This record gives sequence, structure tokens and C-alpha cells, in this order.
Amino acid sequence: MTSSTATTPSSKPAPASLRQNVEQRSPWVDAMRRFRRNRLAMFGLFILLILFFLALTADFITPYRYDQVFLTKRANTLPFVDPAHVLGLDSSSRDYLSRLIYGARTSMLVGLAVPLISFLIGVPLGSFSGYRGGWVDFIIQRIVDVATAIPPLLFALFLLSVLGSGVPNVIFVLSITGWIESTRLTRAQFLTFREKEFVTAARALGAKPLQIVSRHILPNAISPLLVSFTFAVPLAIFAEAGLSFLGIGITEPTASWGKMVGSGIGNSIRVYYHLALFPTIMVALTMLSFSFVGDGLQEALDPNRSQ
Amino acid sequence: MTGYIIRRLIALFFVMVAVSALVFVLMNAVPGGPFSLGERGYTADALANLERKYGLDKPLATRYVNFLTGALQLDFGNSFAVAGNPPVTQVILQTWPVTLQVGIYTITVSFGLGLLMGIIAAYRRNSWIDNLVTLTATLGITLPNFIIATFLLLIFGFQNGWGDPRKWIIPPLWEGGPALLSWDYFLPVITYALAPLALVARYTRSSVADALGADYVRTARAKGLSDSAIMMRHVLRNAMIPMITVLLPQIPNLLTGSLFIEVVYGIPGLGKYFVTSIFNRDYPMIMGLVLLVAFFWGLTYLVTDILYTLIDPRVRIAGRGSN
Repeated sequence: MTSSTATTPSSKPAPASLRQNVEQRSPWVDAMRRFRRNRLAMFGLFILLILFFLALTADFITPYRYDQVFLTKRANTLPFVDPAHVLGLDSSSRDYLSRLIYGARTSMLVGLAVPLISFLIGVPLGSFSGYRGGWVDFIIQRIVDVATAIPPLLFALFLLSVLGSGVPNVIFVLSITGWIESTRLTRAQFLTFREKEFVTAARALGAKPLQIVSRHILPNAISPLLVSFTFAVPLAIFAEAGLSFLGIGITEPTASWGKMVGSGIGNSIRVYYHLALFPTIMVALTMLSFSFVGDGLQEALDPNRSQ
Repeated sequence: MTGYIIRRLIALFFVMVAVSALVFVLMNAVPGGPFSLGERGYTADALANLERKYGLDKPLATRYVNFLTGALQLDFGNSFAVAGNPPVTQVILQTWPVTLQVGIYTITVSFGLGLLMGIIAAYRRNSWIDNLVTLTATLGITLPNFIIATFLLLIFGFQNGWGDPRKWIIPPLWEGGPALLSWDYFLPVITYALAPLALVARYTRSSVADALGADYVRTARAKGLSDSAIMMRHVLRNAMIPMITVLLPQIPNLLTGSLFIEVVYGIPGLGKYFVTSIFNRDYPMIMGLVLLVAFFWGLTYLVTDILYTLIDPRVRIAGRGSN
């Protein structure tokens, strides 16, 4: 070891390409580099950053409040006609551009909160199940079996009808159905790593179970979990939009793209196309961006698996 | 093998009982019943009478036992909300064909077209057609189907009168509705098929591409077999194996219908009835539909696992599923 360090420095600076090979790079830096080379993923990230920016600063950058009604203007005003309302008005005479921007806030809030809560339930549960094994594992797996048998969308719809609509309830209901996947994934990771040599070694050194789990197994399981998280975000956004689309998700006057699409598909779609068109574009753009970023992350973190 | 199937069926039965208990308790745990909703304006006496008529005045446990004994004989009770209070089984039997028809067309289109697109893309890699397939696959997998439906409606639906929601909504329940083959199916089926089509095309493309590079195909070619014989006998047969993973999980979804597509296009099928029965708190309908869908899913998992062991003997029966 000591002799090899002495040989590296030389009198002349090595060419840049050579020096790069000498540099020590952590797997994370490597992954970052691979991710940055992926043009689609970077494009997705760019769009997502804009959406996050819109969601955070909606109060300052929107021309009007999302619930401000323009009583003097005709409802369903077409876009690009009134210079004060670039994207027109909706069927309650509210500024459509402002509502679209506020819609980003709802989507991002639900999209991040749901996977976060699901993972906060699923990761400990999956770890416990996978690490302990035995009857604990058996019971948790049977619960997972029952939960898997219930169609998630129907269950969410049903729970919302029971609990009532609104942002907190939507988040709660989607998290209740969302923990299954993260539990299963975490458990599978634990089953792979539980019998690995480094875990046995840690155990032999006297590490406590909690230490083994948090220091040795979880860090190894982090990249599949991260990828699964990135894919869970658009799923949650989709579910929120879908429930609101059916009229049972987000309540008025909160802006939600799904709800806007749902109320845009009416008999007036032929004339007031903007009510359906703009929110549809926003949902599509968000979903595509997240899936590009997710694909990019998967390729970056696990270059062997992707073809 | 028989023992294994029987064990799995018993497990499925207990899962169904657990699901029904869970949904039943949740459904009844909240204040307010199907008749106290909104502004129905029933007097206290009328409400009590209605609840007695539908047996809602009995304690929860008794009602669940009653439900369970009925359900075991495939009797889920009578619907509260559908006009005329028909038995749930009757409503399901009459609305399901509509959903099934859309579902079967969707399966045919998505698997047929998906297979074709995947094969062409694999044979002509990096051509424009390959790029088109990749693009369709990305869109089909990522975009929610109600978003696709809205786009399609914006583009052609209302101009051509295809998939006009009014056409489907008006005929009450099962009478009327579109004929066996009509343009009305065009938009719903295209919308519905896009996601499974994308999956099938993507899988077919990669497995056919793998097979084309394999040694046995080179051998077959060296032997002087024609291209079509190679494709039918060697490439496709091997490429079909991973398809089971993609194909089977899609089936229960397609056969029980999509809420969104049925709502957007106004198709009077199971999905649409589920949404309305939830809004109406139509307990027997909710139970019947949840159990039907759950049963289909459970059965599909079972069939998938069995097919796996048949196709690939390396998969042990004991290890349930692969994930």
C-alpha cells in the first residue's frame, strides 16, 4: 500500500485523460456522471425543476389567486382572446393560467408526500420482515397478500367516499395502498443481503441487529429503493389526478390538473377545448419527465441491469 | 402439482374472506348510510323503515355473517341504488358483457399489434419504424389512460362522432348499446390498448432481438432454413416465454374494465357501475364488485405461477412468485 502511493506523483503533470483514471471516484459520482450524459433524463430533470419552481412560488408568480372569480367576465372565455387572461377562464370564471400553476403545487405535494409516507411504512416493515424472518415474516407476508388482493384504485376510491375528499385524505388513502410495493422490495433486498459475508462478519464482531440493518444492509439496498421511489412519484401524481378526474379526489376551490381535465370533458369540449387541453398537457409532461428521470437513474445506478 | 393448486385455491379463499371482512367493516364503520346521503330528505321514520327493509338495522356481525352465507352461494344481495333493486349478481351479469367486449377487443388489438410492431422493430433496428415503436411504447407506458382518452377526444372524437359519450350513456344499462362491431369501439379500444400494446411491443422487440443474435438461429440459417421458417420455429417460440410475465397480469385488468375509460367514453360497464355505486354507497354492489375483481386478480396470480412452472421447470413450486 505505502509503496504504491509513492509512485503516483511524477515530475510532469499527466494529460487530462490519464489523470481522470487516477482520480478516486465513489460509485455515486460515477452514477452522477452517467446520469448527466443521458439527454432525456436531463431534459426530464429540467422540466421537473421548472415544475417544482412553479409549485413553490405559485403565490408570487401567478397573475391571480387560484380561487379569484371574475364576476364581470364571461365563464369559459377562450384562450388568447383576453390579454388579461392569456389561457382564458374556466367555467367558474377563474383565470386558467393561475389555476394551472397552482395545479403544479397540488400534484407535487401529493406526488412527494405519498411515496414518502409509503416508504416510511414500507421500508421498516420490509426490513423487519426480511431480517427477522420466521413467524414475523409469515404474518407480515399474509397481510401483504390480503392487501395485494384488493385492487388499489377501487380501494382508494372507496376509502375516499367513506372519509371524504380533500388533499390530506387523498394523501392518506394513496399511502395506505402505496406501502405494499416498498415493503416487498425492501424485504427482497434484505433476503439477498441477510446471508452475505459482510453481514455475517458484522454479526461476528458483535453488531446489534439495528446497527446491522441501518449501517450494513440498508445502504446496500439504497439504489433500488431510490429508483422505486422515483417511479412511485408519477404513480402517485397519476392516482391523484385520476381520483380528482372522477370527481372524488381534490375538492374545490383547490386547483388540480386531474379535476380540470375531468370537468373539461363535457359537452362543451368542442368549443372550449382549452379546459381539457392545457391540464392534459401538464399531466402528460409531468409523467413523461418523471419516467425519463426514473429511467435515467436506473441506468445510472445499475448500469449492469439495463440493456 | 394438484396438491399445490388446491393449497393455493384454499389460500385464495381465505384472502377473499379477509378482503370481504375488511371492506365490510370499513364500509359500515363510518357514520351515515346509503339513505342518509345528501338531500334525500327522508323523515326519521322513513329512514328507519328503509334501513329495516334492507336489513341495515341489524348488528354488524349478524349482517356480515348473512352476507358471507349469501356470498358463498353467489348471492350478494340486492342493489340499493340501481332502479328496481335487482340482485347484484344480475347487474353484474348484465353489465359485464359490455366491459368484456371492450376488454376482448383490447386484448386482441394490443397483443396482435404489439407482437407485430415488436417483431418489425427487432428486424429493422434503429430504423424510423423502430423509433416509432419506441416512442409509442414510452407514451403508452407513461401516460395515464384518461389523459390519452382526452387527447383522442380532442383530436377526433367529437368531429367524427366516434365514441360520443352520449351514445353510450342513454341506453339504460344493458339494452341497446353499440353493436358487436361498430366505430364506437374505436376510441375506447385504442385508448385502452395503448399501454399493454406498448409493453408487448417492448418485450417482443428485446426478446426477438436477443433470439436473432443467438447461436441456434445462426445454426438454423446455416442449415439453409428460410427466413420465415426461422422466425416461426426458432425466434418466436423462444421470444414468447417472457411474454407470459407481461401478458397475464394485464388480463384481469382488461376483463374487469378501466374506471377511467368507461367514465370518459360513457361505457355502461362494470367500472362505471363501480364508480356510481361508490357515490351512492350501494353496499351490496361495492362488495360484489370488489370481490369479483379481487377474485380475478388472485386467480391470475395462480395461473401465472402454474404456467411458469410448466414452461420453465427450473422455477420451483415452493418459491411463490419471483419478485
